[in-house]
Amino acid sequence: MSNTELTEIEQFTNQEYKYGFVTDIEADEIPKGLSEDIIRQISLKKEEPEFMLEWRLKAYRHWLTMQEPDWAKLNIAPVDYQDIIYYSAPKKAKKLNSINEVDPELRSTFEKLGISLDEQKRLSNVAVDAVFDSVSVATSFKEKLSGLGIIFCSFSEAVKEHPDLIRKYMGSVVPYTDNFYAALNSAVFSDGSFCYIPKGVRCPMELSTYFRINASSTGQFERTLIVAEEGAYVSYLEGCTAPMRDENQLHAAVVEIVSHKNANVKYSTVQNWYPGDKEGKGGIYNFVTKRGICKGENAKISWTQVETGSAITWKYPSVILLGDNSVGEFHSVAVTNNYQQADTGTKMIHIGKNTHSTIVSKGISAGKSNNSYRGLVRVSKNAEGARNFSQCDSLLLGDKCGAHTFPYIEVNNPTAQVEHEATTSKIGEDQIFYLNQRGISTEDAVNLIVNGYCKEVFKELPMEFAVEAQKLLSVSLEGSVG
Amino acid sequence: MIDIKNLYVNVEGKEILKGINLSVKKGEVHAIMGPNGSGKSTLANVLAGKENYEVKGGEVVYEGMNLLELSPEDRARAGIFLAFQYPIEIPGVSNTNLLKTAVNEIRKYRGLEELDAIEFLTMIKKKMGIVEMNQSLLNRSVNEGFSGGEKKRNEIFQMAVLEPKLAILDETDSGLDIDALRVVAGGVNKLKSPDNAVILVTHYQRLLDYIVPDFVHVLYKGRIVKSGTKELALELEERGYDWVKDECPVGV
Repeated sequence: MSNTELTEIEQFTNQEYKYGFVTDIEADEIPKGLSEDIIRQISLKKEEPEFMLEWRLKAYRHWLTMQEPDWAKLNIAPVDYQDIIYYSAPKKAKKLNSINEVDPELRSTFEKLGISLDEQKRLSNVAVDAVFDSVSVATSFKEKLSGLGIIFCSFSEAVKEHPDLIRKYMGSVVPYTDNFYAALNSAVFSDGSFCYIPKGVRCPMELSTYFRINASSTGQFERTLIVAEEGAYVSYLEGCTAPMRDENQLHAAVVEIVSHKNANVKYSTVQNWYPGDKEGKGGIYNFVTKRGICKGENAKISWTQVETGSAITWKYPSVILLGDNSVGEFHSVAVTNNYQQADTGTKMIHIGKNTHSTIVSKGISAGKSNNSYRGLVRVSKNAEGARNFSQCDSLLLGDKCGAHTFPYIEVNNPTAQVEHEATTSKIGEDQIFYLNQRGISTEDAVNLIVNGYCKEVFKELPMEFAVEAQKLLSVSLEGSVG
Repeated sequence: MIDIKNLYVNVEGKEILKGINLSVKKGEVHAIMGPNGSGKSTLANVLAGKENYEVKGGEVVYEGMNLLELSPEDRARAGIFLAFQYPIEIPGVSNTNLLKTAVNEIRKYRGLEELDAIEFLTMIKKKMGIVEMNQSLLNRSVNEGFSGGEKKRNEIFQMAVLEPKLAILDETDSGLDIDALRVVAGGVNKLKSPDNAVILVTHYQRLLDYIVPDFVHVLYKGRIVKSGTKELALELEERGYDWVKDECPVGV
């Protein structure tokens, strides 16, 4: 391959990030900076009960004693935590009973994002809880779901309407002491989703939430909690977009999942944060703590994700397999291009008996990016009959990108069976030329190959997302083959 | 159908083709023979549009078009097919998927309606008999784990499906045993018609026993130094290439 001149492939220019626009709604903001006072203001604005403010303050005080982690293979410009606005709500937002009451400007934003609430209601059976900056707007399908006893609402609302559930479960999977960003999130979390499926109920529709970071310098600290009681089932989709910005924007979310006996929670993410421009400027810092606990026997939690955005990604959706026979699954496609950096993976903690975990991680690196998989499979001493299968594949597009794998396997029980496979491959110019010679353009050729590579993960996604995932992949990889 | 006029091609700064002149008309089969390093594969690749082959002079007119200006995929869509000497593996992409995408690209280019899954599969099934293609190979990834013979057969199978106007077969016989050769050659013969043309690039006369050429050209050091009919191939088989080298004027 010639390095001295631009190959035909390198000459493709990136497609303009199609969600790069800003909505012109006045935001109701709290001044920049972080202090106990700011936290009180946040809690006040959200009209939270006392216990919530107390929890936030405890988390904040703990956060002050912590240090940013630096063990990940990331090159991070330091974050100035005082230079962030921790609360931003669109001014016209108020309690809405139906979609018709949604602010028309907001509505047009959602439409641009391709998730027109009207369309959603009409064409698909997806209940949408759209989060706009720090406030949830328009929760639809509430009546249908509440008839079944299912609660699906914004986190803020849950704090007020279902404080008992929040008190019981919030922080039970990710305590605020867990890590630096979880502590920060616990102190300043803005909003997110709360989902509760009662005993024996199978949620009849895919639940979905869309996020957006709009106001300049606003960090997004969403908090999601999903609880599936005994025998319950829910499939939850999370998708994100963000506008073009010059300053880095911090996104430190926490997602907790509790799956009781015989329950099954499927959590899918298609992530499309702004990745930074071709020079590596701007872009989202995505530091997320996602964890599920299979509390009861035969409980199951599956994480499926397609990550193509963020300047920096630090994310390890994990499952604690406490209940006997519980199952944890992780299917992921992580794409990095240009100057993106990702240090992602999963943790499967086997504690109960006969627990089973599956990890399928497909990394795709292009441009000058770095993509690291960091996974932990831990089998504790009393975890009889634990089984794990891990497959970590890396696909390198071009010769300036990097892929790294850090698998940690800690087995403390002799009856465990742990398998790990890893492959590294490239898309060669010869492969592209072969497809060209069959009449297929280079862009389509890359898509064919990459989709074949990701097939195993894509088929775990709910259908609505699978199509979006494929499109996302092709946009992210333009101009990246070498 | 295709006129190559005075074509000069460099590869990595080295002059490989030094003024090739070749005309192929519809219904004709041309064989290009020559010793190693003569530029046979270079010719095949430059016609297909492979990168890093610098055309330093001359032109190629295909069906009235300036071929050298077209991208490789456009050349394919216009009906040029290259059966690769070393078909590459493409894990994750099934043969069926590749062919369906290719067929529909070509149909789109020609203003035809794309085939849906059922129409496509029906069409494919008919073509499989042409090269005695095994159904099980269809769902496998392109050339992955295929034996040498299976890879070459897959090339001709693709040719059968894509129905090119001009097929360039680059050493299709290399690495094949007698039986595989028979099947592959049989396939090519079945696909020959008065409306298409074939350029066979080969070392050995053997293939030409099965696919009988109308014209044989000897390529030596980047030039076509001798042209003839199929008898020429037999003579080469008997006397080797040195004879032709000796006959060439000094400096060629």
